Amino acid sequence: MKQEYADIVHRCFRCGWCKLPTNYVDFNCPAYLKYRFETFASGGRMWLIRAWLDGDIETSERLGQILFSCVTCKNCVEACALPKIKDSLVDIFIAAREDLVEKGAVPPAVRDYLKAMSISGNPYKKPRDERSDWAKGLDLPEFTDQEYLFYVGDVGSYDELGMKMAREVGKLLRDTGLSIGILGSAEVSDGNDVKTLGEAGLASHLMQENIRVLRERGVRKIITLSPHGYNAMKNDYPSLGGRFEVYHYTQVLGLMVNDRVPKGTLDVKVTFHDPCYLGRWNREYWGPRFLLGSVPGVRLVEMDRNMQNALCCGGGGGNFYTDILGTGADSASQVRAREALDTGADILAVACPICHKMLDDAVKAEGLEGAIRVMDVAGVVNLSRG
Amino acid sequence: MDRIYEKLAAIVGKEFISNAPEERYLYARDQGVQQASAPDYVVMPDSTEEVRQIVLLANEERIPVVPMGGALVLSGLTIPLRGGIVLDMKRMNRILEVNEASHYVVVEAGASHGMLQAYLKKHHPAVKHSVPDAPPVATVGGNMAIHGSGHLSQSEGGFHSEMVTGLEVVLGTGEVLKLGSCSTVPKWFSRAPLPDLAGLFLGWNGTTGVITKIGMKLFPSPKLKDVMMFMTEDIDSVTDILFRVIGTEMAEDIAFFVSPMPAYFDGFQLLMVSVVANSEKEMRMRKELIRDSVQSYLDDKEAGFLPLPPHMKVKLVEAPQKNLSEFADVMKGGGFEYVGAIMPVEAIPEAYRAGLKITEKYNITYSMGARVVGRGHSVMFYYAYPFNRADKENMGTVAKALEETNEAALEMGGIPWKTEVSGQQLILERMEPGTYHLMTQIRKLLDPNGIMNPGNWEVRS
Repeated sequence: MKQEYADIVHRCFRCGWCKLPTNYVDFNCPAYLKYRFETFASGGRMWLIRAWLDGDIETSERLGQILFSCVTCKNCVEACALPKIKDSLVDIFIAAREDLVEKGAVPPAVRDYLKAMSISGNPYKKPRDERSDWAKGLDLPEFTDQEYLFYVGDVGSYDELGMKMAREVGKLLRDTGLSIGILGSAEVSDGNDVKTLGEAGLASHLMQENIRVLRERGVRKIITLSPHGYNAMKNDYPSLGGRFEVYHYTQVLGLMVNDRVPKGTLDVKVTFHDPCYLGRWNREYWGPRFLLGSVPGVRLVEMDRNMQNALCCGGGGGNFYTDILGTGADSASQVRAREALDTGADILAVACPICHKMLDDAVKAEGLEGAIRVMDVAGVVNLSRG
Repeated sequence: MDRIYEKLAAIVGKEFISNAPEERYLYARDQGVQQASAPDYVVMPDSTEEVRQIVLLANEERIPVVPMGGALVLSGLTIPLRGGIVLDMKRMNRILEVNEASHYVVVEAGASHGMLQAYLKKHHPAVKHSVPDAPPVATVGGNMAIHGSGHLSQSEGGFHSEMVTGLEVVLGTGEVLKLGSCSTVPKWFSRAPLPDLAGLFLGWNGTTGVITKIGMKLFPSPKLKDVMMFMTEDIDSVTDILFRVIGTEMAEDIAFFVSPMPAYFDGFQLLMVSVVANSEKEMRMRKELIRDSVQSYLDDKEAGFLPLPPHMKVKLVEAPQKNLSEFADVMKGGGFEYVGAIMPVEAIPEAYRAGLKITEKYNITYSMGARVVGRGHSVMFYYAYPFNRADKENMGTVAKALEETNEAALEMGGIPWKTEVSGQQLILERMEPGTYHLMTQIRKLLDPNGIMNPGNWEVRS
């Protein structure tokens, strides 16, 4: 572990502010919410990492479970009472994961994910040429010299719901009249979740490979489908030489769609689930809300935990692929589905393909299919267009 | 897998029991300087029935049971001194009933103050409860059990244990009891007029049973909040100033504090007076009466009100205040522990001087202060010492300072609050023999096999 982290890990007081959102509504750390042992809260993790560095506890399967169940949602960073260490909390957890990866002591699901990323370049072990399948029939040109690249990433390329979401966003971007192109099978994984799962070397390789492709194509402005890709490209790529103007699709469409796309009227109540990598990681809370608000007849209602207090869907930090948190009534996704239902909303709107899949599954697990529908923000706009 | 583990897993489910080294490590220690002692099992019950079954099993197997709330006591009261089971109560966190008309709430013991506060704010904004200075994950059960105090302790009747209107408890024998009006009628409004048995579980450090449900008083929640900061350099005037401000009956919370940091606070005694009101007119009137009460100090230029910028006021009117947790990082080391001594108000100057002497002797930094409890019936005077968790020598020094502070508090007529085992020994040495005898008799009755948090409230043989 980097010395700068080893030097501060003992400064956590384990006061527990990190378990709650800043409005205290309910436990907001998904791992703690699910497991409830003190060890699974951020403070507990800090103390265990210190004990591990000091040799007071050994590397174990349980330690792996504790460290890899963190969804890197940054609720702890938001809520921590200690201003001089709070910003490092998630970095410390990722650094500890890196140490476990180096020792080869990771949970099997993490090992399998990293293996798939290493061999296939995507977690689904699918051929690269299937990356463009989502765009079939959409008439989106391959990127040549357009103003924007629309980058969809692994989930948008291969997951059924992710592909559906990519199509909804692609359609809206196209109809907005923006000059956009896609990479299709030339896309490379953004590397964000490989990094958060502690494989820094592979993450760096994927990011650099992506940067190479983007540069070769002459890309300057990127619109991402996923907040995870947005985060990596915005915050990690510059230090690797990849400097691009990066936007999440809700940021671009939130400003433009009003004037450029005619919309019909809906009569629906919508609640929006803030994705961690757009919200707490990058402080973007209003783009998706502007976009939803642009649809006549949409009544936006907020969940008790929103914006900086949003409860993660449970899919962050690689958990979408590894499923270490698992399902059940106390899983973040199912708790979130119930919280959305409590608002009386007809639609639970999302802006991340990972959130989309996690919450869609949670709504089914809770038996709420007839009561609330999970849709991405662009899908809501398209719904109004008929 | 061992037999007891399997039996406990059958009660709470395999996902809510652990004997893994990671849980045993963490539940062996708290944030203070007390020595670690590992549990054999950490168990998280979800209902009173599960608690009952666990206690019955512990009786059969003669293994200790240590109830734990928010894990924030700092003085080692939930460290299992003789191993056994740590009963982490935080899954039992449901809010069961809010009665606005009779101003009470019923919660499971593991409900946190923060979640209760958020719930009341959303669903019952006309009422509120007294919030301790602890972080918002502190549990209602834990805080009641240790005679905690909070931001309404000054104005609304004293320690949180005095705000209890009823309890459900599981005795060390496994019997489940209700205490207070809820024992007789299906309402939790009062401990009177029945024989008051709730006290058998308040202040006993979990040695008589496990609190599973609590009825607690609620109070009106005026819309407006403000805070006034009064400062003086004369410690001997603090008792009189408090008497005057308390006498106005205009303040919600009154706290006195001193701190060498930041440097511009050093040497000043500061009084924070919180005021609430339903209208601007009422707020002006309340603040004016408070100001009038200390006007002679202002006229003599012996003291004054500190102008507070809005950003500071926002922080100071919060309950709990987040910046209190920041104190843990003063030594860049993630630790502090304090002696909170319940003492008469007039002891403040002596308590302050004793604290300065001890911190000077051990060359440690400090924060001292007092919250007025029950309109001046006592104060909770705290001596808080931060330490560096990575520096064993520093921790040892703080441990010595804490012990000496406990002794000093007793010498000046105070009683250390929620004190660690060594502080309990000091108290028991001074306690009337008859009182201690009654305590041991009660414990034998409620916990005949001595399984409930053994090592606490026991005279060392």
